[in-house]
Amino acid sequence: MSEDLRSAPVPPVGPQDHVRGPEDAPVVVLYADFTCPRCALAWERIEGAPLRLVFRHLALKAKHPRAVALACAVEAAARQDRFWALAASLYADPGRTDDPHLWARCPELGIDLDRFEADRRDPAVLDRVRADVRAGLRAGVTVTPTFFAGAEAHPGPPDAPTVARWTAGPGHPADR
Amino acid sequence: MAIIAPGTTVPDFVLKTADGEDFTPADLEGKTTVLVFYPFAFSPVCTDQLQIYDEVMDDFTAKGAKVYGVSTDATYSQAAFKDKLGVSIEQLSDFEPKGAASRALGAYFEPAGMTNRALLIIGPDKTVTWSYEAGNPGELPGVGLLFDNL
Repeated sequence: MSEDLRSAPVPPVGPQDHVRGPEDAPVVVLYADFTCPRCALAWERIEGAPLRLVFRHLALKAKHPRAVALACAVEAAARQDRFWALAASLYADPGRTDDPHLWARCPELGIDLDRFEADRRDPAVLDRVRADVRAGLRAGVTVTPTFFAGAEAHPGPPDAPTVARWTAGPGHPADR
Repeated sequence: MAIIAPGTTVPDFVLKTADGEDFTPADLEGKTTVLVFYPFAFSPVCTDQLQIYDEVMDDFTAKGAKVYGVSTDATYSQAAFKDKLGVSIEQLSDFEPKGAASRALGAYFEPAGMTNRALLIIGPDKTVTWSYEAGNPGELPGVGLLFDNL
């Protein structure tokens, strides 16, 4: 409980964020977790869109037994520059998310297993996940997935016209 | 039906705890209480709501607040809902006479015969310090709204 939970704006994009996509593309912030089927659908629908995607965790301990564990696993992969690779792998194969399935993914994705195993249990990794969750809750996120694009908050997977609107829009404010 | 206004002392009401005991205004004395009224156990939005609030139970505790979920579901249904969700939020049933406590507090949605989605913060002296009624039962009030007013 490092900070209070009073309402606050969605944090601007900063160096702590996981970001992918063209630097000049509109920024879209996604709050999601890796056990959520609707998040997997949302992931599929924005795949290939010319957007600068920012991924933030909204992993709730009561939502799914693996929600927090998978968020930590992806953060551990991020320490080896494999955040997006593991994220994509989990959404592509959501039925295989137990520890042995994660171990099997590591060599396929170029992740050093020993380091991954240590990192995903690092308390700093859990703190990193919790920081995202708390910022999302303060910003009013109540469901996964929730997107923020410019002034628009969009709960749920976006349809094609929505994605098209985002690609033409101003995007979310960035610190960098 | 309007939600009970801040500054109002709560009227008499009786809810049932998971153990079947009465929960009355006497149980509000000496602590801050958050009543989370939700329409139906096992419904999607109510599921999201309790899981979101449960995530920050330590923060409620740090604020000296005790949180309860309230619905017109029977105690056994609420217990099953709580277990399925894996949440720690204690439940209070307004089953019989149906919705009587919720009506007394202005948190009943007559058109659908269910508890409305509403939030109450009640002080240790049994006075409502903040109240909120969702624009519609499908609206899920975020956590920030509660912590803005605790």
